[in-house]
Amino acid sequence: MKKAINLNVNGVSRTDEVEPRMLLVHYLRDILELTGTHVGCETSLCGACTVMLDGQAVKSCTVFAVQADGGNVTTIEGLAKNGELHPVQEGFWEKHGLQCGYCTPGMIVTAAQLLDRNADPSREEICHGLEGNLCRCTGYQHIIEAVQYAAKKAGQA
Amino acid sequence: MTNNYVGKRVKRTEDPRLIRGLAHYVDDISLPNTLHVAFVRSIYAHAKINSIDTSAALAAPGVVAVYTGKDVADKIGPVPCAGALPDLKVPDHRVLAKDKVYFVGHPIAAVVAKDRYAARDAVDLVMVDYEDLPVVTDVEAAAAGGPVIHDSFSDNIAYRLTSGEGDIDAAFAAADRTVKQRILHRRLAPIAMEPRGVLARYFPGEEELTIWSSTQIPHLMRTQVALMIGIPENKLRVITPEVGGGFGSKLNVYSEEALLGWISMQLGKPVKWIETRRENIQATIHGRGQVGDIEVAIKNDGTVLGLRYSVFADMGAYHQLLTPAIPTLTGLMLSGAYRIPAIQMNITACFTNKMATDAYRGAGRPEATYVVERAFDLVAAELGMDPAEVRRKNFPAASEFPFHTATGLDYDSGDYETALNKAQEIAGYAALREEQKKAREEGRLIGIGVSTYVEICALGPSQAMPAGGWESATVRIEPTGKVTVLTGASPHGQGQETSFAQIAADELGVKINDVTVIHGDTGVVQYGIGTFGSRATAVGGTAVFVAIQKLKEKAHKIATHMLQADATRVSFEGGKYSLQAAAAASATGTSEPVVPVAEAPAAALPEPQTEGKTSLTIQDIALAAHIAKELPPDTEPGLSATYFFEPKNFTFPFGTHICVVEVDRETGDIKFLRYVAVDDCGKVINPMLVDGQVHGGIVQSIGQAMFEEVVYDEQGQLVTGTLMDYAVPRASHVPNFELDRTETPSPVNPLGVKGVGEAGTIGATPAIVGAIVDALAPFGVKHLDMPIKPENVWRIINGH
Amino acid sequence: MIPAQFDYKAPATLDEAVALLNSDLDGAKILAGGHSLIPAMKLRLAQPQLLVDIARIKSLAYIREEGDQILIGATTTHYQLESSDLLKQICPLLPECAKSIGDVQVRNKGTIGGSIAHSDPAGDWPAAVLALDADLVLVGPNGERTVKAENFFVDLLTTDLQPGEILREIRIKKPSGKFGHAYQKVPHPASGFAVVGVAVNLTLNDDRSCKSAGIGITGVGVKAYRAKAVETALAGTTLDDNAVGAAVTHVCDGIDPNADLYASSDYRCHLAQVHTRRAIQAAKARVQ
Repeated sequence: MKKAINLNVNGVSRTDEVEPRMLLVHYLRDILELTGTHVGCETSLCGACTVMLDGQAVKSCTVFAVQADGGNVTTIEGLAKNGELHPVQEGFWEKHGLQCGYCTPGMIVTAAQLLDRNADPSREEICHGLEGNLCRCTGYQHIIEAVQYAAKKAGQA
Repeated sequence: MTNNYVGKRVKRTEDPRLIRGLAHYVDDISLPNTLHVAFVRSIYAHAKINSIDTSAALAAPGVVAVYTGKDVADKIGPVPCAGALPDLKVPDHRVLAKDKVYFVGHPIAAVVAKDRYAARDAVDLVMVDYEDLPVVTDVEAAAAGGPVIHDSFSDNIAYRLTSGEGDIDAAFAAADRTVKQRILHRRLAPIAMEPRGVLARYFPGEEELTIWSSTQIPHLMRTQVALMIGIPENKLRVITPEVGGGFGSKLNVYSEEALLGWISMQLGKPVKWIETRRENIQATIHGRGQVGDIEVAIKNDGTVLGLRYSVFADMGAYHQLLTPAIPTLTGLMLSGAYRIPAIQMNITACFTNKMATDAYRGAGRPEATYVVERAFDLVAAELGMDPAEVRRKNFPAASEFPFHTATGLDYDSGDYETALNKAQEIAGYAALREEQKKAREEGRLIGIGVSTYVEICALGPSQAMPAGGWESATVRIEPTGKVTVLTGASPHGQGQETSFAQIAADELGVKINDVTVIHGDTGVVQYGIGTFGSRATAVGGTAVFVAIQKLKEKAHKIATHMLQADATRVSFEGGKYSLQAAAAASATGTSEPVVPVAEAPAAALPEPQTEGKTSLTIQDIALAAHIAKELPPDTEPGLSATYFFEPKNFTFPFGTHICVVEVDRETGDIKFLRYVAVDDCGKVINPMLVDGQVHGGIVQSIGQAMFEEVVYDEQGQLVTGTLMDYAVPRASHVPNFELDRTETPSPVNPLGVKGVGEAGTIGATPAIVGAIVDALAPFGVKHLDMPIKPENVWRIINGH
Repeated sequence: MIPAQFDYKAPATLDEAVALLNSDLDGAKILAGGHSLIPAMKLRLAQPQLLVDIARIKSLAYIREEGDQILIGATTTHYQLESSDLLKQICPLLPECAKSIGDVQVRNKGTIGGSIAHSDPAGDWPAAVLALDADLVLVGPNGERTVKAENFFVDLLTTDLQPGEILREIRIKKPSGKFGHAYQKVPHPASGFAVVGVAVNLTLNDDRSCKSAGIGITGVGVKAYRAKAVETALAGTTLDDNAVGAAVTHVCDGIDPNADLYASSDYRCHLAQVHTRRAIQAAKARVQ
């Protein structure tokens, strides 16, 4: 029943045989050992598993690996380029946008998507853009400030 | 010491690994040949198990073993309860149900298979024959009689307790009026974003077991699990890798931790179990769960004479580690921020067919603050006074500290009025009241809630704790000058890798990057208590601080010897021991560090070079202490000190929260207009971390006040079993917070810190509820129970 | 978290997909964005034997004008609809509705066809396609047929889709003349699904009286429905406060409103009335 899949993950080509029921998040974590992408719920709500699939933020717990066949995946591990943090990563560090860090990879990937689509979001737009990501530690205020920081930083670049 | 880091907004040293996805939580650790465990859990709240048929599961591909309660009953000891109260009933709770299940989610069988898929598939193949038993879900009904959950007991009452000081009857006799209110504290699910998880690996040759667990208390868990499964404690190593939040839910010893360790010993292979979110809501402890009646005796001028709180506390089906202790913490904090001469707390704690309650962020104290603050709002309403003024009237003055309460505590330090004044000033309180008046005239419903809370932190003196209230630290300077701090605290998001490094760097006069804080590994760190009760910095940080002083005493001795000076002439400043006469000269110049701090590998340790020097860095001394050729007589080599800090008292942070809401008349929707919080957590090590703790706490309060509630139906079925039903606040649910601080140092520890981990969940609910109730005051509303949903509001406005 | 085993096929054409679906009528399920189906599978509430993934059929994702119609392919994602400049101009109800669905990740992957075919009683799209009086094009082993949205939603999670049929396209008559759209939603604080969702498609006469109103309601009943009594009551009125106020009292006519922990039946009905009124007023204000 295994299916062959071909993906490009963080710039590296991968070919594997997987069971159809293997979720993309488990493929990334268990097969590729990219454990930065987390699982926080069973119901596609918490967003901890968010990755970019073909340039779009998706919940990798709600995509089977076979569905991603032929796709381009960017995980949190692939966000920094040439050792330089993505502006959103920098914002989270600078503004204390994380505490336990568990929701953080998904939050950062989603925020990166948000800024891709809207370079200068309002507070309300940031909140709307992060609707699919739960954080139980920060109370969101520092996360919002982190995204604002990243927007400003990216705007200056 | 220097002042480069403490008190400053230092970016976290934890973050680079976390923001790049390179940190390791339990499920991120993979060992070769790991077997995976999945649990068969009860679908009934109360039932007899007639039989369990595991044959189909055992025959399924990939399945290695299936264990049931019968297999482990005489192999693994009961799940421990550390609560020691007079006449406490402690059910014999085993890691797997044996004859009976008594809550939905009660583990019945553990399926072990070669991968997660096979384990999960086989769970569906285990056939359990249940026989329904009558279900007890309501805590008051449980107290009143009816079906008994545990056959070994005659009723469902776990314990009764009365506490408090002062003549409560006299207080009520002398009162002009009394104010009463029934108050519900619903069950909450902690929902740490990382569910629990355990990985266990037994090494048969060494007879050693390592358990990686997402826990807040690695050492306490080691002791308990060692006892449960009968392995010598020093053959068990517990490692907490990155822990994705706890909020008290991981301040526990759970069935799965012992069971996984035991299974690994049976099978000789690593075994892993990662909790699903449904399991997490079913079988990780819940918080709160009280139904109480508050009664306050007052004078017509607003003076409070006495307070009585009689509460039914829902223990759930059995005790986890601290289950019975939680309501007693409520009793301790019933004096709030006020002078109340007589206080009485009556607890009736009962078993119900639900998951155990235990410590959830605040752990009993939010309940106390909430009832006291609600009571003060009711007093204000009764007397037509401003709620802030009733509070002010009953504050002890700053000069009265240490302040003794009728709950038997001595508040360490406080200045409640200054915090209230500051919050009122930031909020523009008087103007807000004007605005509210005007809005009401226009038919708009604006409400202002005030909460002046005190909490109890830095848990705590060992005398007051079930098992040790101290914390430990070892600080050592390695030969290369790197500073290693081993703390018994076990941070899981709070940021103590940074704040403890700030303390160490300043005390030792080194760069923060030279300090590494290690925690959460019983194989490396001396025994410790862990992180909970807002204790890590006040108790654990103090241990670090004192250990450094010890280390410096020795370093001073060595420095004196090496500088060939009289001890009194050598002083420590900016990381250097200097001859005082020469101090002025060298203060302006920069001395070359003798120990290379760069990372370039060196073939051999350099020789300490002291000749002609008038000063030595503490890092020079560390090298000399390890080379040990130039030590004073009778001095141990090495430069390391360990300290176990036993606090003399708790600490008592406080503050004022002011919340402003507007409700939509038509829909009952509640909108935040302002949220001002002035918190006083004593001295602040890192203001950025403190803000983060406050934000997070307030948002958990918003959840409690407006959304969150673990609901069981009458059959004990969990209605809010997934995050589709159990609402955790999202970004769009929260207002912009306006934070400020006052700083009243604690005299309890040399750092002057108090703790801030729970302030938000303690201070905020009364402010939020107070605001909503205040908005609805024109409709004669005096109290509403949480969670206050739009429908509740709509019903009041529209008289439904 | 782990679904039961199944087989997976990703046909290249719709005909192949129909054939695969018909090869196992009991066990096969269509997979598009998967955002209703996969969560159900992870909880093992759904255990299909075969998933037929139609998301790879490129020709099924489109938004285009054809004559006086707007044609939307079934696997068009919520985000494609939300961000479509064409739709913002000619049928703004669709992007507005899309924007309120779930969250950005869900909108990036979830599809309009999946949502309609699943017919969740609290899904957003059913309300919009009802308000727009859309036609749904279904394809099965015996060819194509077209069903009015109104007749498509049959009962709780039940549609007019027959075994072996696939929803292929949504066809909407291009709004013309003086029209205004609005979608109002009360999201459940946990799930984000609609406690109440109201889609309004309003057309005015030249004198700005109400020519017609299409009103789709979700979240309230076992299935999304058209609030016909409200539509009728609005027609011909000037849409003044009194007329709208009177009309919306009929929003739950003939419906037994849902009740859950968040909203009782009468509160839910009240919310439906309030938000229908607000949506009508918003739509009216947007009429050019």
